[in-house]
Amino acid sequence: MPSAEPRPAATAATRPAPVTRARGRAPRLRGDRYDRSEVLTAALFVLPAVTVLGIFVLYPILSAARTSLTSWNGYSPTKEFVGLANYTALLHDPALWNSLGVTVLYAAGVSVLGVVSGLAVALLLDSPIRARGLYRGVYFLPAVTSSVAAAIVWRYLFDPAGWVNTALGSVGVDGPDWLGNRWLALTLLTGLTVWKNLGFNVVLYLTGLQALPTSVFEAAQLDGANLWQRIRRITVPLLRPITFFVVIQALITTFQAFDLVYVLTGGGPRGGTEVLGMFMYREAFRLGDFGYGTAIAFATLFLVLAVSLVQWRVSGSGRSSLR
Amino acid sequence: MNRRAATFGRHAVLLVGAVAVVVPFLWMFTTSLQTRAETYTSTSVLPTSWHWENYAHAWAAAPFGRYYLNSVVMALGIVAGHLVLDALAAYAFARLRFPLRDQLFVVLLAMLLVPTFVTVIPAYSLVAGFGWIDTYAGLIVPRLADVFGIILLRQYFAGIPQELDDAARIDGCSRAGTFFRIMVPLSMPAFATLAIFSFLFAWNDFLWPLLVTNSDEMRTVQIGLASFEGRYGTTWNYLMAGTVMATVPAIAVFMVFQRLLVRGIAMTGLKD
Repeated sequence: MPSAEPRPAATAATRPAPVTRARGRAPRLRGDRYDRSEVLTAALFVLPAVTVLGIFVLYPILSAARTSLTSWNGYSPTKEFVGLANYTALLHDPALWNSLGVTVLYAAGVSVLGVVSGLAVALLLDSPIRARGLYRGVYFLPAVTSSVAAAIVWRYLFDPAGWVNTALGSVGVDGPDWLGNRWLALTLLTGLTVWKNLGFNVVLYLTGLQALPTSVFEAAQLDGANLWQRIRRITVPLLRPITFFVVIQALITTFQAFDLVYVLTGGGPRGGTEVLGMFMYREAFRLGDFGYGTAIAFATLFLVLAVSLVQWRVSGSGRSSLR
Repeated sequence: MNRRAATFGRHAVLLVGAVAVVVPFLWMFTTSLQTRAETYTSTSVLPTSWHWENYAHAWAAAPFGRYYLNSVVMALGIVAGHLVLDALAAYAFARLRFPLRDQLFVVLLAMLLVPTFVTVIPAYSLVAGFGWIDTYAGLIVPRLADVFGIILLRQYFAGIPQELDDAARIDGCSRAGTFFRIMVPLSMPAFATLAIFSFLFAWNDFLWPLLVTNSDEMRTVQIGLASFEGRYGTTWNYLMAGTVMATVPAIAVFMVFQRLLVRGIAMTGLKD
């Protein structure tokens, strides 16, 4: 997302220098910097999308900021202003700290396993191997499946009477109650998410691998580096920008997770998988405390923004190291 | 010889992984064809019996036809909206100079980072205020444009040589004309990619349709499936038949357009 920034400058530089160029960047005379018909066309083109996004995304963000400072049940016409009460209550709410802990563990698991599995499969596929397209298609299948369908299937696979425990039982192993134990449930949720994202990560890594210069690998091979050394010392460092992207995607999806959790565990057992999205949903839509729910959403927003800011900084330097 | 062993090893690992990925799908399909008694005892992931009538039962047990219709209408509406609104905006951001362009674009990028559930509560009150609960308008209008599509198309437009626009302009084409006659025909791959992404997003979307639909009449396939799960959670064969029915359209779209989709991810992944 950040790299989109330098673009306008680049396109501007390739077109004939505007007349105002002679006076440097100083002139602020709108009238002669912009072509009137061009601005009019642009306005007409941008207006529909900006209207929709303004009404249904931007306004709700601003409105949510206000709602988070009120006590509101979602339908009463009056919202009682309570200042920062929701936020202070939030800080003292053990459910928040539980939810935050669960989300961080979930995010860490999905990031690490996502990088390892995505990179491993991409490395295996990055050669003129037979049935390459077929493998890629199969690995991508979970990514196009809806969260609801995927979570339903996993939930019943791991049901106490489900296929996994029946299969374990047939070889004499007494399967655990997967979704009844908070750590196992969180592990399953992590596994489900990694399974679902695998295809995306593989495609990202494959694209990255194809862009790497082969000469480096040939040189390393001549110098006697074995396969593992080449992967560790050359491939992995050169793919850092992609890895970064995969990790950020993992963090954003886990911090925004809802559907998978809602269907797989409903946040249980006893809050064991209550990620921030689920916590917000319970407070706002189940318990009817919209002010508090919005405060949770906003607290999450700050976290996501902080993470994205880090990405902005680091991916900039990561990309330049690729050149 | 060594090379052959390596290739064999590759295939072995890839196959094991592929099986692990596919098992849930196989189990879903197998279970959907079993009798109820079998669902609790079977250890096979390959079909052992073929009770296709489960699909008829599932189809009859809930208004799946209606769910399908709602999902299709919603998905097509959203895809059309994205193709038109996103493309127009993307062209302006890629090619036209206007005041506050870059600032506006930064605001759009910032929106991308906002978790959906921040906007969900106020957007829900807004839509409820318009009287759009349980309507197609409520399902479609708030999602007619999206930031992701604008960025995707803008990146694609930016890669088309400026000389083409200049030539068209010199030949007397207006800026809007340049867009419709030069950019649009040249950007069909990007439009196809966006259409597929948008379709999959709409078909699989859950939270928003869950909130703005109350009646069974207006439920989409995913919401219908989730509520079906609540009612038929113990009859796994019917439940899985329903799950298969909800999954097949998305997988079909993926199969047909696989190449484009994969390229699209590469395009956004690397340039973002």
